[in-house]
Amino acid sequence: MAEPVLRIKGLRKSFGSLVVTDDVSLDVVPGEMLAVIGPNGAGKTTLINQISGLLPPDAGTIMFDGADVTALPPQARALRGLARSFQITSILPRFSVLENVALAVQARMGSSLRFFGRAAGEAKLNQPAMAALEQTGIADRAHVPAGELSHGEKRALELAIALAMQPALLLLDEPMAGIGREETDRQIELLLRLKGKLTMVLVEHDMSAVFALADRISVLIRGRVLRTGLPADVRADPQVVTAYLGEQME
Amino acid sequence: MTATLFLVQVLNGLQLGVLLFLIAAGLTLVFGVMDFINLAHGVQYMLGAYLAVAFYGLVGNFLFALILALLASLGFGLLLEFLVFRHLYERDHLDQVIATFGIILFLNHAVRMIWGAAPLNLPMPEALTGTVLLAPGQLYPVWRLVIITAGIGVAGGLYVLVTHTRIGMLVRAGATNARMVSALGVNIKQLFMIVFGFGTMLAGFAGVMIAPIISVEPGMGTNILILAFVVIVIGGIGSIRGAFVAALLIGLVDTLGRSFSIDVLHLVMAPSPARTVGPAAASILIYVLMAIVLYLRPAGLFPARGR
Amino acid sequence: MAGAAAIAVGEAGSLRRPRGIALPAVIFAVFALLPAFAALTAQHYLVDTGTRIVVFAVAAVALDLLVGYGGLISFGQAAFIGLGAYAVGILSASGIGDALISLPVAIAVSILFAWITGIVCIRTKGVYFIMITLAFGQMVYFLATSLAPYGGDNGLTIDARNTIAGWQVLKNDTAFYYFALLCLLASYLLCRALIVSRFGRVLRGVKENATRMATIGFTVQRFQLIAYVIAGGIGGVSGFLLANSTEFVAPAYMAWQQSGELIVMVILGGVGTLDGAIFGSAVYLLAEEWLSGMTENWQVIFGPFLVLVVLFARGGLIGLSTRLWHRFSHG
Repeated sequence: MAEPVLRIKGLRKSFGSLVVTDDVSLDVVPGEMLAVIGPNGAGKTTLINQISGLLPPDAGTIMFDGADVTALPPQARALRGLARSFQITSILPRFSVLENVALAVQARMGSSLRFFGRAAGEAKLNQPAMAALEQTGIADRAHVPAGELSHGEKRALELAIALAMQPALLLLDEPMAGIGREETDRQIELLLRLKGKLTMVLVEHDMSAVFALADRISVLIRGRVLRTGLPADVRADPQVVTAYLGEQME
Repeated sequence: MTATLFLVQVLNGLQLGVLLFLIAAGLTLVFGVMDFINLAHGVQYMLGAYLAVAFYGLVGNFLFALILALLASLGFGLLLEFLVFRHLYERDHLDQVIATFGIILFLNHAVRMIWGAAPLNLPMPEALTGTVLLAPGQLYPVWRLVIITAGIGVAGGLYVLVTHTRIGMLVRAGATNARMVSALGVNIKQLFMIVFGFGTMLAGFAGVMIAPIISVEPGMGTNILILAFVVIVIGGIGSIRGAFVAALLIGLVDTLGRSFSIDVLHLVMAPSPARTVGPAAASILIYVLMAIVLYLRPAGLFPARGR
Repeated sequence: MAGAAAIAVGEAGSLRRPRGIALPAVIFAVFALLPAFAALTAQHYLVDTGTRIVVFAVAAVALDLLVGYGGLISFGQAAFIGLGAYAVGILSASGIGDALISLPVAIAVSILFAWITGIVCIRTKGVYFIMITLAFGQMVYFLATSLAPYGGDNGLTIDARNTIAGWQVLKNDTAFYYFALLCLLASYLLCRALIVSRFGRVLRGVKENATRMATIGFTVQRFQLIAYVIAGGIGGVSGFLLANSTEFVAPAYMAWQQSGELIVMVILGGVGTLDGAIFGSAVYLLAEEWLSGMTENWQVIFGPFLVLVVLFARGGLIGLSTRLWHRFSHG
């Protein structure tokens, strides 16, 4: 077994008396797409927030690319190659689409303490940014203020920003949320193209997307991992079906 | 420094603390529930004092003057809320700062135009003008004790109101998450008005209570406003408990600091520089305290919104 | 039409960047011609007023960098004016009266203070940040009042304006005016360059969405601290100019009311435009002079005016005039 890109051990998080993450342990191996599914309130986004560094866990460790990142702030994890998209679109609405992505490129290049020169015109930053936009299919909207994009386009922008970081691990927090069938299919197509080349953790409700994309599935119920395994096994597991899939498959 | 002198300064510190609490309570609630920075809160305090002086001139009785002043304070506060503040709740803090700054300018000078720039005086009730024997040879003004008692009484009443009534619960909920409260169907406009009106009255009350011992003059709200902001920042925005703790703390630190700074500095420097640096050092002390608290707890000691 | 707009946005990136050079060119041209106008109309006081405007505009421009582009509402910018001014005053009292020394010292002291206090301030957000910046401003204020050898509360008169490399150039009011204007131009150009640079883009991005920026890989606080320090340093320049123009330093220079007035100047002109800071300083100080000539209680008029500006003139006077301009040219 290859060394896991992400190894979570015994992660725990409570808000007061409410336990949101209950002794979660997960491994993500290079090149795989691990889907995390579960009903609303299962703690999926909280888990993602802890992995990306926005929320400190109460207990447990997070190993990323062999290093312990549990105590590292989000920007340190980002620079090590941990990228994420947000469930509620988080972009810079007043910046152009291109600049949104160019900033991610700029962060990676590490030389932002430049006080002169017009950053918006730098080909060194814009070219990789355009490449990421082309990958996600919104290159034609490059110069539009990001706030004016449609919901589906904003999702694509989130993905482009993440891709521009050339991540070792991509955390996708419900990328299909709130977009129509056609755009969902496009996103699935895009993610299929990235499969194998990029290691990903996908949090999703849309089961058709999950079964089309996932190499393995982890089921999260009330903050605990109920079952982790191959899609076919998880699908057939009676516990999973009762707790979650039963409702979903209707 | 003797024990009785120390006791006197502690009482003075408590009195200042209680006063700060009265002002800070309204400020922190308005800020916590409506996310509204109200720089004009200090002029509410000043207005309370001026109105009491004006009404006293009419009715000649402190109690009536107090009641009338409170009512007028409330009325004026609600008027301001209706005319200006409610249009600013959705705006960003910067706009709120400027608008309330404009109101401070307006009121400070309007007061000067109406009542003149000379300091005014409000006589305290006959029965309470005396002094009390704290310790052999040490007298202490009754009125200051009245202020302390009144302040603690109000604090107690507020505590009961906020923790044991439905309105109080709504206020606490609003301070934690106003949008959610509104989404739950509560008439948020009404809640805001009640919170605002109440805060205004508290500030006005503080102004009336302090008027007999200090001079009532334009701009008297300025310095106390800054201290009140320091209180709510240290206490944590939206928290009455935080405001109470921080207010007493600041009151004591400021008073004891001022009284004893010169003595303390005497230990390390000559009398002459000690006398000039002393008061400055005392004033700086409060800010150093705030800086330390914010460094360790960037959201204050008891933030309503949690971390 | 859409294409042209797209290019404009693409070039501008964030739409809050100051666009074009027409407005600043006009502003600086007016400032440059002021002494000539004053001489022609024999109103020498115009140069004094102009100097005062320019001096405060320097601090206001730096504040707009912080507030308008960094989203950091500092209520302590006046502290840096005071520090710069006192640097001049204290050096002068000690016999050092040359700008080649006092200007760098003013800037250095301001930068140092901004760095140390900034480390504490930047950890906070929102109103906590406003209060902590105000607190540090107050600390410096009280410190100044306790400086008995330098006048304490009453302040200190400076014997003469700074010389530059030994030459008494600044003694002449018009010469000093142009020197101050040069400082304003330099500060303005510096801020404009900063805003579109890589650094500035991060700063603006942080203002827009700090969480996003952190998850991309930016250490948000580092950029905010650097912006805070830069604004402080420029504030020190303003203080240097103020001390020299009035030949006087006093604790009042760093009172929180002064910080408040600076914020008003920025908002009045239009926050986040840089030009607005200069414009707002002019409007505020002119209004102050004009109105206070009419009545001692001019703030009774100015206060409500501010409230009206906030309520109805979003984007300040520049925003208002832009909208009116569009209305008239497209109407």
